Amino acid sequence: MSNTRQAAETSRLRAPLFFAIMTALIVLEGVTSGWNSALGILNMGLISAIMALGVNMQWGYAGLFNAGAMGFVALGGLAPVLISMPPTQGAFKAGGFGLIVAFIIAAIAVLAAVWLYKRLHGLARGLAVAAVLIVGFFAYRFFLDPAVSAIEAINPSAAGNLGGLGLPTLISWPVGAILAAGAAWLVGKTALGLRSDYLAIATLGIAEILVAVLKNEQWLDRGVLNVNGIPRPWPVPYEINLQNSQAFVAQMQAWGIDPTLGSTITVKLAFLVLFVVVILVLLWLTEMSLRSPWGRMMRAIRDNEISAAAMGKNITRRHLQIFVLGSAVIGLAGAMMISLDGQMTPSSYNPLRYTFLILVMVIVGGSGSNWGAILGGVLIWYVWVKAGDWGPDIMGLLASPFPDGPFKAHMIASAAHMRMLVMGVILLGVLRFSPRGLLPEK
Amino acid sequence: MSYLSATNMTGGYGKADILHDCTLTVDKGQIAVIVGPNGAGKSTAMKAVFGMLGLRAGQVTLDGTDISALSPQDRVKKGMGFVPQVNNVFPTMTVEENLEMGAFIRNDNYRVTMEQVFDLFPILKDKRRQNAGELSGGQRQQVAVGRALMTQPKLLMLDEPTAGVSPIVMDELFDRIIEVARTGISILMVEQNARQALEIADKGYVLVQGANKYTDTGQALLADPDVRRTFLGG
Amino acid sequence: MDIINALVAVTNYVIIPATAYGAQLALGALGVTLIYSILRFSNFAHGDTMAFGTGVTILITWGFQAMGISFGPLPTALLALPFGIVITSALMLGTDRVVYRYYRRVRAAPVVMVMVSVGVMFVMNALTRFLIGVDQINFDDGARFIINARQWREMTGLTEPLTLRSTQVITVVTAVIVVAALFWFLGRTRTGKSMRAFSDNEDLALLSGIDPNKVVAVTWIITGALATIAGTLYGLDKSFKAFTYFQLLLPIFASAIVGGIGNPVGAIAGGFVISFSEVGLTYAWKKVVTYLIPNWEPDGLVQLLSTDYKYAVSFTILILVLIFKPTGLFKGKIV
Repeated sequence: MSNTRQAAETSRLRAPLFFAIMTALIVLEGVTSGWNSALGILNMGLISAIMALGVNMQWGYAGLFNAGAMGFVALGGLAPVLISMPPTQGAFKAGGFGLIVAFIIAAIAVLAAVWLYKRLHGLARGLAVAAVLIVGFFAYRFFLDPAVSAIEAINPSAAGNLGGLGLPTLISWPVGAILAAGAAWLVGKTALGLRSDYLAIATLGIAEILVAVLKNEQWLDRGVLNVNGIPRPWPVPYEINLQNSQAFVAQMQAWGIDPTLGSTITVKLAFLVLFVVVILVLLWLTEMSLRSPWGRMMRAIRDNEISAAAMGKNITRRHLQIFVLGSAVIGLAGAMMISLDGQMTPSSYNPLRYTFLILVMVIVGGSGSNWGAILGGVLIWYVWVKAGDWGPDIMGLLASPFPDGPFKAHMIASAAHMRMLVMGVILLGVLRFSPRGLLPEK
Repeated sequence: MSYLSATNMTGGYGKADILHDCTLTVDKGQIAVIVGPNGAGKSTAMKAVFGMLGLRAGQVTLDGTDISALSPQDRVKKGMGFVPQVNNVFPTMTVEENLEMGAFIRNDNYRVTMEQVFDLFPILKDKRRQNAGELSGGQRQQVAVGRALMTQPKLLMLDEPTAGVSPIVMDELFDRIIEVARTGISILMVEQNARQALEIADKGYVLVQGANKYTDTGQALLADPDVRRTFLGG
Repeated sequence: MDIINALVAVTNYVIIPATAYGAQLALGALGVTLIYSILRFSNFAHGDTMAFGTGVTILITWGFQAMGISFGPLPTALLALPFGIVITSALMLGTDRVVYRYYRRVRAAPVVMVMVSVGVMFVMNALTRFLIGVDQINFDDGARFIINARQWREMTGLTEPLTLRSTQVITVVTAVIVVAALFWFLGRTRTGKSMRAFSDNEDLALLSGIDPNKVVAVTWIITGALATIAGTLYGLDKSFKAFTYFQLLLPIFASAIVGGIGNPVGAIAGGFVISFSEVGLTYAWKKVVTYLIPNWEPDGLVQLLSTDYKYAVSFTILILVLIFKPTGLFKGKIV
């Protein structure tokens, strides 16, 4: 009896303890490397935590392996470009009509193909569907190609894309979620209900394709030319405005803080507040949903699909639901990240960083535990950043006994890859020795 | 002492026992049949004999040696052959390869045994190059029995060999099983088709809720009015 | 004449490259499919295994080159390949011992195994980067061409050039030898048959006295060999870059699933389906069209998809197969 109480006691202390450790690490970073660096890690850590919350909904609640978080992050990141950037003058006039016609043709062709597929049989079906799709494809390209050329010709050094709607950045966050949810619905509809690892492979593919679209469709987001100067969300100020503000400078000087440093920290703190608000809202929503009958059913399905199916639950439908919701959260994080960075660089999306690292966060934090996802998000992001810093030091130490030469140089040069090894070892270690993670699901 | 003697077996999968003090014995060259209602623990009793189930109490001896502690694989080496009820062939391998896999633990020449199996089931010889998964239900059961015979077992255990096959095929399978028994191999078999199975049984066990309810020769059980009324439908 | 020129163009730009690429994908997909049949999970570390095996082979190749050893007209990498295979297979066995064996013993769910393979992927990725870095490396030496454009023009008098690179021929020849050896092993040897039996029906295989540890060990050795060969051939044909190999995971999985996962014949067929679709759809057909339809010059490149979207081809085929024929073209394992 006393043992169980003790166990309950430790598990109650566990979460505060780990969050205290995390805070201590951030404070230590602030003291040793400066608060800009500490807040930078924390802000990105919180965004990673939101991604982890989304992946946790899929993997932790439902046991769905999404190997394409990167794609949903990237797609969510498109929203700030489309919503908050100013429109490119004349772009819509030049190519908007062609684009719209092209997409309508594409939609009609796909719908017609589906309709024919359902109505016809045998060879006729194959031929008719193929014919509709081929004709549709050429018609689509016939309208799309000139429109795209026209748009990309407008002021190519600075724009060359459609531009956005010029709306407030905050609006783009839910839009990012919706974009990701839409893509998730399409993938989930096809790959869910098959073998569990087919979803992983399908999502791996959709992620590569989404990033390829962002890299290549210049008319959409300037592709590899990147979009810079994406407006910040309300109420985050700009450093330069703060530095030009007499009141701000006076206040900083009164506190004995260098105004330039003060302005950068103020900006980061403003982002921090915004992110914390989003996280708290998400946490409240996810915790509520987990405790609701819906959440109980989700876990029942995860723990025993067969008996849940026997009880008349439509598992594929539930899986689709949770997959779309989780992807929406990932897309939200993607939009937030682009707002934080202020620029969209499609070539920076790397699956190790945006898909598999997030999975590590979820598993280390504790599959199925929302608090765990947040802890894992910040903690693993911290380790990821620091492993990049420590790697060269450790490698330098390891290499010091060797004589100078190509081998030593090679060792030191390869230190940058230390973080991959660290992540792999952490993931394998947690899976093996503590599969329920740091903050296990209750 | 009987060739196989599994005495006072008690145990189950989890905490709840399925078998209660269950005893099964088979003499050399005899056919023993386990019948009983659904959920009586027939297959479980068979698995316990084969070592696929942890026993809390009881003992299994084969030819006088205690094999209670051996794994199923080791029991195969001691002379037991087991034909599971389902998934009892390698579907994408040919009939011949199935038999070859049956003989996997043998290091001597198994060609003679394979010829014997082909003599017993001539249809398999014709279909030797065909994948087992493409055969009919009855033929697949023959492959399964043949595979188990490849180790030259002294005791062959069959878990519902006639499940899902037509009555004609069932009669033929039973004929083959009698033939196998005539070569001196003991047979322990679980059967749903109780009446037909008891007809060929030297010894019959009626299990109810994991315990021996009636034990006698097959003919005697068929003649017993209680058994007839309760288990054989009149 | 123009028809012949068109044919030559198609051969030069589609058939030859797609055949070589298909052979590389097929070898990769065979590795994935073997792990799937025996260990019953989709191995996400396979791309990085290929990268590791190729990295080791390149290092040994450099060693040979430094010692002045060469393989005549053939690339030195072929001499280094057996050593690369031994080291990669040893690493596979080590990984199995340290990582996977535990999960087999506790009979972990396939999706957990997939997650574990992600951890292995990270480690393999790091090992490869430690070993050889992230840069693009060309390690092909020996004769470059079997037929080059000038020879071809002189030989045939056609305007359209045709080149046949030696690496393309080496790829196909090696792949044929490897596949023949693998099928002989699986179909004719006792160990190979026991692997198929284990894949077909694990419980029955255990009952028959097949040693699971041996089956698993042999599977890892073969997988290591297949991955190293596939990776080295791909690197010889194109070039080596660790990240590209990770990205090959998608077309490789697609090949295995399209053919019917768990089915070796399917893996090979799938590899060619994917490679021909990918190359065919991303090839600019302008030249061919110009030959075939006289007096008409198309405006664009007549390219159905930009090469940046080549992964979309694998993905689309994968999705179509998942929707319409989840067991693949050749009956694969349970869906």
